[in-house]
Amino acid sequence: MIVTEKLCHHYNRGTDNEVLALKGINISIKKGEFVAILGHNGSGKSTLAKHFNCLLLPSSGVVYVKNMNTADEDNLWNLRQTVGMVFQNPDNQLVATIVEEDVAFGPENLGIEPKKIRQRVDEALKAVGMEEFSKHAPHLLSGGQKQRVAIAGVLAMEPECIVLDEPTAMLDPAGRKEVMRTIKKLNREKGITVVHITHFMDEAVEADRIIVMEAGKVVMEGTPAEVFSQVEKLKAIGLDVPQVTELAYLLRKEGVDIEPNILTIEEMVMKLCP
Amino acid sequence: MSIIVKDLTHIYMEGTPFQSTALKNVSFEIKQGEFVGLIGHTGSGKSTLIQHLNGLLKPTKGQIIVNGLDLSAKSTDLKKIRQKVGLVFQYPEHQLFEENVYREVAFGPRNMGLDEKEVDRRVKKALAMVKLNQKELYDRSPFSLSGGQMRRLAIAGVLAMEPEILILDEPTAGLDPRARDEILQEIKDLHDKLNITVILVSHSMEDIARLVDKLIVMHRGQVALQGTAREVFSQPEILKKIGLDVPQVTELMHKLKERGLKVRTDVLTVEESKQEILKALRGNDHD
Repeated sequence: MIVTEKLCHHYNRGTDNEVLALKGINISIKKGEFVAILGHNGSGKSTLAKHFNCLLLPSSGVVYVKNMNTADEDNLWNLRQTVGMVFQNPDNQLVATIVEEDVAFGPENLGIEPKKIRQRVDEALKAVGMEEFSKHAPHLLSGGQKQRVAIAGVLAMEPECIVLDEPTAMLDPAGRKEVMRTIKKLNREKGITVVHITHFMDEAVEADRIIVMEAGKVVMEGTPAEVFSQVEKLKAIGLDVPQVTELAYLLRKEGVDIEPNILTIEEMVMKLCP
Repeated sequence: MSIIVKDLTHIYMEGTPFQSTALKNVSFEIKQGEFVGLIGHTGSGKSTLIQHLNGLLKPTKGQIIVNGLDLSAKSTDLKKIRQKVGLVFQYPEHQLFEENVYREVAFGPRNMGLDEKEVDRRVKKALAMVKLNQKELYDRSPFSLSGGQMRRLAIAGVLAMEPEILILDEPTAGLDPRARDEILQEIKDLHDKLNITVILVSHSMEDIARLVDKLIVMHRGQVALQGTAREVFSQPEILKKIGLDVPQVTELMHKLKERGLKVRTDVLTVEESKQEILKALRGNDHD
């Protein structure tokens, strides 16, 4: 679905403020995969994500989305339709005064006939569980609801991949759960490829694969169990691990016979009280 | 400085069709120097409550007494109270507006009518407390800082007023884990060194559990639970019912106990739970 080869990105190239934000990224994301990208602010996560739908173009190296080179201008419209993006702040992404009009904005711009737009909007709102709110004003919704409308807006473009850049950072725990449930459902039921950038380790645990970025490079890659079992390495780059994973690591150091790849409370309970 | 809240009720837009009761008979007491956590769902009344503590909102009914002064009494000088009770709103970096870092922090003290020497002392002290005291930062535009730095600058702006009570509404929302830990550590240092009263609103039970002395849990405008962090988190059923979590390790201890492992359940940190599990496992070996 997405392949990057030796991807580098310079901001402000040729000026005094030149920054090398990505330093040779080689990753590949398969169709239907749910990938989480971790790393702290300034590690290059968002810069990377913006290459997936041509919001940014490589300074050197290549990005292919469905075998289309993102640097080829002829592919631009096609690519933007293939990969949809959802951002952090729900208030910055909603453009219309009524929920269903907001969701219709994308397909309208694609020049789709009105009947089909109606159908797509209804389906998209249903997929995120917001069909009851189709006639509501977006600004009166909760944060989690707004993000779900933003996701519906992307869905109405019928993308094959959705890239979410910290979509839950500004939400409360209930809103976070709503959004995570929605993303997972879209991935499992509709087979949409998901790239989820987050600071919340409990969200990353749910992904098929985790990519950890640090200073413009990929420093770790693997399943959640593989990545989180490296407690010391993650802590060294300033990231969290789930509390139970850290606990398993500490118990193991004390000589308790327990694997370091425990991610959930249930796994831990089964290990300690089989 | 102490805070006593007695039977506080707040009704928004009373007498209109939009009337809604945000707080209902809320009572509690916070002593000088306490570090208090305030948790609850969005819409549970946390923000309405903290806005009462420095007189931004007036009670519909009930009393707020800060250091012996009744905030609703006509004779009380609210301006003075607001200098003593510093309120850091959610996403305080949205409120930055000055042309450089120094002037941003100096804004509050200057408005208090302090002389330039005192303003300078306070600005430098406040910036040092949030670790933004490198000289080359003074002339930088606040908007050229990183997200975490902007957040800390906004907090410094409140610290320069030298408040005796510091209230922070989700000070780490949206930050990455490293910036979050830095800010929480700075808040804890402030509390420990200056002996000020701190009220921290947060959605992160893990952070709350390791920082606070006392916890107030809000639900639908009422105080659902209050006590030490240990007392509150040892009641996971009640917390779950109102849609709140307990720290992951606390929940683990409850589940282990259900399965028969002899562990205490009032555990708040990873380190404590490690000790507790080791004790239980090694105890069993000797049986």
